[in-house]
Amino acid sequence: MAHDDRPRAILRTYPNWFYLPAAIVFGVFFIVPTAMAFYFSLTRWTLFSATFIGLDNYVTFLGDPMLMSGLRNTIIYAVMTSGLKVIIALPLAMLLTSNIRVKGLLRSIVFFPVLVSTVAVGITFSMLMQPSVGLINTVLGAIGLPQPDWLGNPGLALYSVALVDVWKGLGIATVIFMAGILSIPQEYFEAARLEGGAWVKFRYVVIPLARNATFTVILLSFIGGLRTFDLIWTMTRGGPGFASDVLTSVIYKEYQAGFYGLSTAGNVVLFILVTVIVYPLMRFFNRMELDT
Amino acid sequence: MTRKTLLIPFALILISLAIVACAAPAAAPTAAPAAPADTQAPAAAEAPAPVKLTYMVGDVETDQLIAHALVDAYVKEHPNVTIELENRPGGSEGDNVIKTRLATGDMTDLFSYNAGSLIQALNPTSTLVDLTDEPFMANVDDAFKQTVSQNGRVFGTPDQTAMGGGILYNKKIYEDLGLSVPKTWEEFAANNEKIKEAGIAPVIATYGDTWTSQLFVLADYYNVQASDPTFADDYTANKAKYATTPAAMAGFEHLREGYDKGWYQQDFATAKFDQGLELLANGGGAHYPMLSFALPTIATNWPDKVNDIGFFAQPGTDAAKNGATIWMLLANYIPQTTTGEKLAVAKDFLAFTVSPEAVAALNAAVPPSGPYLIKGAALPDDALPAVLDIAAYIDSGNSAPALEFLSPVKGPSLEQITVAVGTGQMTPEEAAAAYDKDVEKQAQQLGLPGW
Repeated sequence: MAHDDRPRAILRTYPNWFYLPAAIVFGVFFIVPTAMAFYFSLTRWTLFSATFIGLDNYVTFLGDPMLMSGLRNTIIYAVMTSGLKVIIALPLAMLLTSNIRVKGLLRSIVFFPVLVSTVAVGITFSMLMQPSVGLINTVLGAIGLPQPDWLGNPGLALYSVALVDVWKGLGIATVIFMAGILSIPQEYFEAARLEGGAWVKFRYVVIPLARNATFTVILLSFIGGLRTFDLIWTMTRGGPGFASDVLTSVIYKEYQAGFYGLSTAGNVVLFILVTVIVYPLMRFFNRMELDT
Repeated sequence: MTRKTLLIPFALILISLAIVACAAPAAAPTAAPAAPADTQAPAAAEAPAPVKLTYMVGDVETDQLIAHALVDAYVKEHPNVTIELENRPGGSEGDNVIKTRLATGDMTDLFSYNAGSLIQALNPTSTLVDLTDEPFMANVDDAFKQTVSQNGRVFGTPDQTAMGGGILYNKKIYEDLGLSVPKTWEEFAANNEKIKEAGIAPVIATYGDTWTSQLFVLADYYNVQASDPTFADDYTANKAKYATTPAAMAGFEHLREGYDKGWYQQDFATAKFDQGLELLANGGGAHYPMLSFALPTIATNWPDKVNDIGFFAQPGTDAAKNGATIWMLLANYIPQTTTGEKLAVAKDFLAFTVSPEAVAALNAAVPPSGPYLIKGAALPDDALPAVLDIAAYIDSGNSAPALEFLSPVKGPSLEQITVAVGTGQMTPEEAAAAYDKDVEKQAQQLGLPGW
């Protein structure tokens, strides 16, 4: 508000040159590489030389039979992780904002996995999920439950990784929800207490009034899910076979094979895809926020 | 308020300037020894100036053992030289390290890397030092030179030994169950059923290290060329396909058969290479489709078990045409970024690695996993039994180089496809078709004619 009230003369005191440092940084590190990426995606690029080949890379990339399964896995992964994070984090946030003992300790425990490096989490969980000597299956076996091959079973591998992702990302989601809940004025909670118990508070106060927090969590974890790579790569490398391949691991494998132009084309496709999915979602959520 | 906040960045700038100021004089002394070394070099022929080389090798145990043995033997003779080893991962991750560092001019002074199809992707003529006219190349076998050449120029020297690709098997299990070495796939399958009845995993698979899954397909190449002698040329020229050549598809069928018949051990989908070796050495599994370079690792980790391990060629359809697929050696290369005195020492080191002294030093340190392709270098009398098995195939003329040494075409996704077949997610037909598609992509990216 204060900015708009100032006379235009003052705003004009600062010459346009002041934009220059920021423009240079943005140009060198963002605009130029982006433009180069679009160019190199149209070439056969071996790092030693680049030959212009038109749209061939896009034809090859989009014609890849593994692309469709990668795309499907990416969507499953993004929907599953963002959905589970909302379902688990919201009640957790309510618990952690209520009047319970050792609240500080519990909050730290929930947030702790966020601080650990993703690669370390991936390696640790691949050990824990080892089918015959891993801790998880040892425990399951001891209490007489079936012991699935978490990462080796093609039908299960993607979901196992997604569950680890939820465990790791839960802390952030919970913190966002807690902020949302704490910003709700106390009067509503008092009214809810008169009207009924915890369910009323949850259904008619927290869910509608923490809606912005919900949208933030969904959006952030959905984008995170679409771009996920490190956890998948450390735990399964897209395997067994292609069973847990996501878009980013498909692209990374092209890069590993030395198909630099092709993998750049893949990244351009990923960029467009994320934009196409996320932009309307963001517009929709923004409109809903205005309504409230 | 504003003045105070402005002070912080200024303070930071001052501090960083101070650091730079301190660093500058510190940098000078480190540069100093280089200058006198240059001026003294002609005079100091008797006590050569110290030279430090860097040498990048694979991170597998066998690679490490061999590199250390060579470097130690060389440094003993040349006390002024130090050679620092640098590790790189195997598989396509390693390919990437090599390519990126070569392209950015950041390569080590020497490096060890595959010969054959992979070296063509490095564009050796413009990145590697031409070794064709070096006198020490006279010691190198001509069959090897072909695998490290581009346009008739030679760019590498042999590193390690040639390898057999086929089935490593536990001879004790064979003795206990009264089995004999199979010459056809049916015999192999029959053996597997008997081994399974005895409660032992017939075939070890370690798909946790995906590269290990390719052996049934790649080691079957002797059988492919036995039934279709022109396959390699037709394949390079985009005329022959895996999906339409029954002999070539057999490798994918074998993988699927192993899954359907339950030949693989329990946690094969996530097991790693080292676990596979342990199973084989200790008799937990009878067969391990593998390259013989695994043998020195077994010899180091289970010295009392390595003599129980034998080798046989991957069986095909015809017992009369039984033979082994052979992998050529790795090679040592010098990038063009190595110049001056370092280049001279690097060449001298390569000359040493192809000399009889180097072979003697290697034999003393690491049991060879196949023949050296160095003239006048024979296998020692106490060579491992599996290595003698391989040598027998080569000596009797029943061997052929693997496809990757005959054709530049090799799809990068083969290891994922073979895992997908071996875990029952793909049929052999789907896998062969997927691999043909993968190969097409690679050939187009290499810009090969006819694709």
